[in-house]
Amino acid sequence: MYPAPFEYFAPKSLDEAISLLEKYKEEAKVIAGGQSLTILMKLRLARPKYLIDLNKIPGLEYIIESNEGIKIGAMTRMNDIAENELIRKTYPIIHDAAINIADPLVRNMGTIGGNLCHGDPGNDMPSVMIALNAVYTVKGTRGERKIKAEDFYIDTFQTALEPDEILTEVFVAKPEPKNGSAYEKIKRRVGDFAVAAVGASISVDENLRIKKIGIALTSLGPKVLKVDTSGLIGSVANEDTFEKVGELSYKTAQPSSDIRGPAEYKRDMAKALTIRALRLSLNRILGK
Amino acid sequence: MPKHHISLVVNGKKVEADVEPRMLLVHFIRDVLGLTGTHVGCDTTNCGACTVILDGKAVKSCSLFAVQADGKELLTIEGLAKDGQLHPIQQAFWEKHGLQCGYCTPGMIMTSYWFLRKNPNPTEEEIRNAISGNLCRCTGYVKIVEAIQYAAKLMQSKELKK
Repeated sequence: MYPAPFEYFAPKSLDEAISLLEKYKEEAKVIAGGQSLTILMKLRLARPKYLIDLNKIPGLEYIIESNEGIKIGAMTRMNDIAENELIRKTYPIIHDAAINIADPLVRNMGTIGGNLCHGDPGNDMPSVMIALNAVYTVKGTRGERKIKAEDFYIDTFQTALEPDEILTEVFVAKPEPKNGSAYEKIKRRVGDFAVAAVGASISVDENLRIKKIGIALTSLGPKVLKVDTSGLIGSVANEDTFEKVGELSYKTAQPSSDIRGPAEYKRDMAKALTIRALRLSLNRILGK
Repeated sequence: MPKHHISLVVNGKKVEADVEPRMLLVHFIRDVLGLTGTHVGCDTTNCGACTVILDGKAVKSCSLFAVQADGKELLTIEGLAKDGQLHPIQQAFWEKHGLQCGYCTPGMIMTSYWFLRKNPNPTEEEIRNAISGNLCRCTGYVKIVEAIQYAAKLMQSKELKK
């Protein structure tokens, strides 16, 4: 299978890439790891006239820890994230999701930036980043701006990125001392997209009262969905509370029936996976 | 569309060519270089029959454009045997019957090559996870996993002899 013809550019700097985007606008498409886009192009579901490859731009592949949190460069490969010890220990939700994306060979190419910007509601990292309250840095002709993960996703394959903008970095603040997080995903077979998946992150005080909670849903609507859990701040993190959060996920989910299952089943899974992800998050806080 | 001049190292030899941007790496390998050991299976990133090593990492060559391999080092199944001697992974697949029809075998071996360099003494679970992007429709994987375990042993004893 061959894609439709296109013109290819491999800029050596972000500025060069941005000026190409400015020139070609909607007719151009940025390619990172290419593990979704190349296939869409081969299937002729995507036919960009101009392909702008970010792989030759230095300085976009990094995982940096600081006192404030962690910064991940947009071109960081998914396997490097999956195998990163700091991420596994401090941000287990990111690790959970990373090891469940496609397979190791795809993860050798696939990037976090691509996963975050593709806009497929079946991509795993957007939910993770919404649950963690992450902030994206994007760069365009008018300079740099920050976008909260929860504000980034507009609709299926639509994000807040302007045609001339490129995601350069994702930042996740350092978790509070008693924080736990997890990503629970159901898939039909190894390497597949989620039938349904839920990302959860909770921070509690010494009495296990919830101080912060983030829940987001993958493959459960036209875009990745944030669950409004603000009413549960102050509740004790226990099974009763998790049941209530599960109900909120059930109500928030807008699944459709497809080859991966009927909508009613997926909606039930929104609840079940929310409870499982919260349970695992709490167990991680308690060191169980 | 303007063609791009690319220059890369394939199995230790420098190769130069002019390619259309939409030419996929796997077609470049098979049709331009004539190295047909790399197979095309699903053509949609699922099966791993087209797995090659690009700058040290196992990737699916049906999901990359040839132009993206410019300046890189590529290793295909043809580059493994040295002086008529099979690579220990090839030897292990041979001895342990890690194949039936053989279609997935080059991909399985290239993935193993990448994986065993990273993890020379893997558990069965780690092996199964490593080859989760390579589909085999004949064997049920048991013999493939045995072959990779045996390859790990062969490669370690080879290291010890050095």
